[in-house]
Amino acid sequence: MNQIKYQLPETRHTPSRFRNTIGKYIVKRNSNCISCGKCSEICPFGVHIKPDHHKSPFRPVEHNCIGFDCKNTDHYCIEHCPEDALTLKENPLLYTMGDYRWPPEMLLGHFAMAETGKAPHVDLEYNLGNSGGGFDMMRFIEPDPGVELTISDEEIDTSIDLNKTGDGRPLKTISIPCYGGGMSYGSTALSVIVGRARAAKRLNSLTCTGEGGYPPQFLPYKEHVITQVATGLFGVREETIQHCPIMEFKYAQGAKPGLGGHLLGEKVTKAVAKMRETVVGSSLFSPFPFHSVYSVEDHKKHVDWMKEINHSVLCSIKVSTPTDVDMVAIGAYYAGAHIIHIDGSYGGTGAAPDIAKKNIAMPIEYAIPKVHRFLVEEGVRDKVCLIASGGIRNALDVAKAIALGADGCVIGTADLVAVECVRCGNCESGRGCARGIATTDPELGCMIDEEYVEQRLVNMYMAWRKQWCDILRTHGLKSIKELRGRSDLLVHLDYLDEEERRKYQPAPRYKMVL
Amino acid sequence: MPQKYTILTKAALPRFYPVGKYATIEFRENCAGSCKECVKKKCVYDIFKDNYLHMSKMEEPEYLYTCNSCFRCIQECTKGIFSRVVNPEYREIGDEYWTPDVLNRTWYQAHTGSIPVSGSGYRGPFVGKGFDSMWTDMSEIVRPTRDGIHGREYINTCIELSRRPERLAFKKDGSLAIVVKPILEVPLPILFQQPDFGVQSREVLVSMLKAANTIGTKMFMNAADVYEDLIPFGPTIIPLIKKDTFKNYSELIDRVDMVEIEYEPDIEKAIISLKAINKNIIISVGLELRADLDYAGICVDLSKMDIDTIHVYANTNGREFESDNPRFIKDMLRDIHLALIDAATRQQINIIASGGISMAEHVNKIIICGADGVAIDLPLIIAMECRLCGRCKKGLTCPVDLESIDPLYGSNRIINLMGAWRNQILEMLGAMGLREVRRLRGEVGRSMWFEDLERESFAPIFGERKVSIDVG
Repeated sequence: MNQIKYQLPETRHTPSRFRNTIGKYIVKRNSNCISCGKCSEICPFGVHIKPDHHKSPFRPVEHNCIGFDCKNTDHYCIEHCPEDALTLKENPLLYTMGDYRWPPEMLLGHFAMAETGKAPHVDLEYNLGNSGGGFDMMRFIEPDPGVELTISDEEIDTSIDLNKTGDGRPLKTISIPCYGGGMSYGSTALSVIVGRARAAKRLNSLTCTGEGGYPPQFLPYKEHVITQVATGLFGVREETIQHCPIMEFKYAQGAKPGLGGHLLGEKVTKAVAKMRETVVGSSLFSPFPFHSVYSVEDHKKHVDWMKEINHSVLCSIKVSTPTDVDMVAIGAYYAGAHIIHIDGSYGGTGAAPDIAKKNIAMPIEYAIPKVHRFLVEEGVRDKVCLIASGGIRNALDVAKAIALGADGCVIGTADLVAVECVRCGNCESGRGCARGIATTDPELGCMIDEEYVEQRLVNMYMAWRKQWCDILRTHGLKSIKELRGRSDLLVHLDYLDEEERRKYQPAPRYKMVL
Repeated sequence: MPQKYTILTKAALPRFYPVGKYATIEFRENCAGSCKECVKKKCVYDIFKDNYLHMSKMEEPEYLYTCNSCFRCIQECTKGIFSRVVNPEYREIGDEYWTPDVLNRTWYQAHTGSIPVSGSGYRGPFVGKGFDSMWTDMSEIVRPTRDGIHGREYINTCIELSRRPERLAFKKDGSLAIVVKPILEVPLPILFQQPDFGVQSREVLVSMLKAANTIGTKMFMNAADVYEDLIPFGPTIIPLIKKDTFKNYSELIDRVDMVEIEYEPDIEKAIISLKAINKNIIISVGLELRADLDYAGICVDLSKMDIDTIHVYANTNGREFESDNPRFIKDMLRDIHLALIDAATRQQINIIASGGISMAEHVNKIIICGADGVAIDLPLIIAMECRLCGRCKKGLTCPVDLESIDPLYGSNRIINLMGAWRNQILEMLGAMGLREVRRLRGEVGRSMWFEDLERESFAPIFGERKVSIDVG
């Protein structure tokens, strides 16, 4: 009998913070309604709610509606309404939501996963974007018959090891193949970053400070918080290096390769300025690159410095994806890195010039196999942990990245989507995020609480874990570590004959207005 | 320390309400009317500020352009009366190449003088055609040229328009044995060009010339349109002339620094005649990139004549003229650049590229492909709020009244746009670790191309690509 390996954190229903949720369908109740309650009796998805002591039903909970698929069931409210008071249609609001990389259905799918901890029951395409390339064109192959395992999710190992060097430092293992990307105090609301740390603790994973310093609220979760040392060196002190199990040198960021961090003046409040030891209201543009690093030898000096301050810390090197990313990676390894973190050009950010997001450095899909192959050829692949980020949006992207050669992934945007970010892109200035996520505004920052963030993230990652377990089981793998570099399990639709291509789910082709 | 070149910008509000992407819809019949939680009052961006009393005034609200897509009004209204749609007018502006998004961003830059900055990641397709099929590179740690956002004033964006001598030669006494001609340079790799359609009022042309004059660049314009009252802009103007008619403009040619003559076979004699009119004049030859021409070969021939610059023209969407399967300008430029290198004349001659340059990133990308600089036309009128609606082509009135634009205002908008573009050019050069834009010319090593990345990263995994790569 297979051994049950992990105690998974509990998922709990955590509804939206907003009164009106957004669904794929809209259900309207008109004035013909006689409040008979028939709809609430028959709907198994909780779209219609009429508590006993209420005279009228509540407004339909549209995001729970499965839409026209319901026609074929015995609980199609539209047909059962005795007064024809209900109408159903696709929500036109979706045409104004999302983008090529995060289409509306992917956003809604992640809202649902974060709410319930399960895959959405509505027909949402949450695994594929509309970008027309990269992960969106890759599919896992049809598995060979008979390879599928009959084991439960609990018996499948989704953990990854972060220290493979055998250098005597701790063997850090996280229970899911991803951890949280850096989000700084200043760019993101305190409740959000602390909520992420709480979720990291429950998931036995990690989160990262970003380059905004180390708020004391992180201390209870310090075993799960990476201290980032970025070029601005904001808030980097000896004790913040001593707290952390892993420190991360951020050389560059995928969303703005070759540029330093940006925190525009309006977000530099008194508390942020104090933490960063800067001036209130003054924009903070971090330099690029590290002033003290102009060679791999200089870089080694940095790594040695950190290792000396904290004798048990692991070092992660976060770099962007230039054409020579493979050389950069091997240099980082020989300088003593435990983790090489490559951040692709389509990654998220709190603020970056649009020109940089689109045009500088390569997408992560190209960088992963390039670096993986080079590390294999150099004979060091099993001595270093390769982490990928930058445009990894969902559970399938994580699995594809691992199959391409990464050990695991760093997630940023999806964490924010789990707490109902709609990717409007207004994180950078003014009062910051109107939805209370990426803001330091005293009023907006109160829109969200730590418990909500923690539970929504736990829910989303548990839903993702189910997807990973399905993939692994289907392909006869017991551990996600076995998936690493198994690019033979992937196909790319553009590399298949037409007939072969038809066997796989086609790429979504939403009509986007640009 | 010497003064560094900079473009001073100053906010210039739009005269007409720009066409925004989204329209907020209210189903007012369901409004509670006296709700204390009214989302309009709580809007973080205050877009409803003039319309709080909507129930009593019942004016049609105009929320276009200003909605920031936070969805809070939609999700928080106690009665759920809000929704949004994509503005139908937004769908109609521009075309497949000059997309509504390009227009919108150009207006924003012309309005603010700032580069577009946003949160969240890239939102577009994985790859596209033309310029969208290449990425620029960056240098991870070796950056002797730049200190973050500070220090980028040291990056030089100057380009030359005059011919460079192949080599210097010296007499025995150490003095120069050759005549080094005067150097003509502009401080940024962008020249202006009179658009070939649209409102061409004096106000429009003066707006462009004033802007060009202020930022130190030059503008190509038809010699026939250079009226007497534009003469004060003389050094800014590059008159466009033809072989058969240039003698009609002798006086003008004598007063300007540079002139452009349209390419025609046997043009050499005309070039000699031009030099006879003004011996110091810098000569550009304008060449349409037509499918029936061996343009790379023609450029090689031209580069051996006594001219300074070759100005190659693609159509407004950056495509080859007169072709059923037109190539894109980046590929045509590669051919021309490489042919000139093979002929060992690339260092002497300058290439200016026109057509399809709609965003700042295109400037750097076409320079990587081999141009020295670009000439732009449509972005100039878009900066002045043109919507590319094409009504002017049909003789209809302009919805933004370009005809009567105040040149002070028009030039302000264009200067803002150029300030924003230059800052973006600097961002990319800085990321690449380059200290001057001239170093970028033909520097494909600082770029990554879709077809190469697919071949290097994916071919070993997925084998032969079956869907052909259409990135041209």
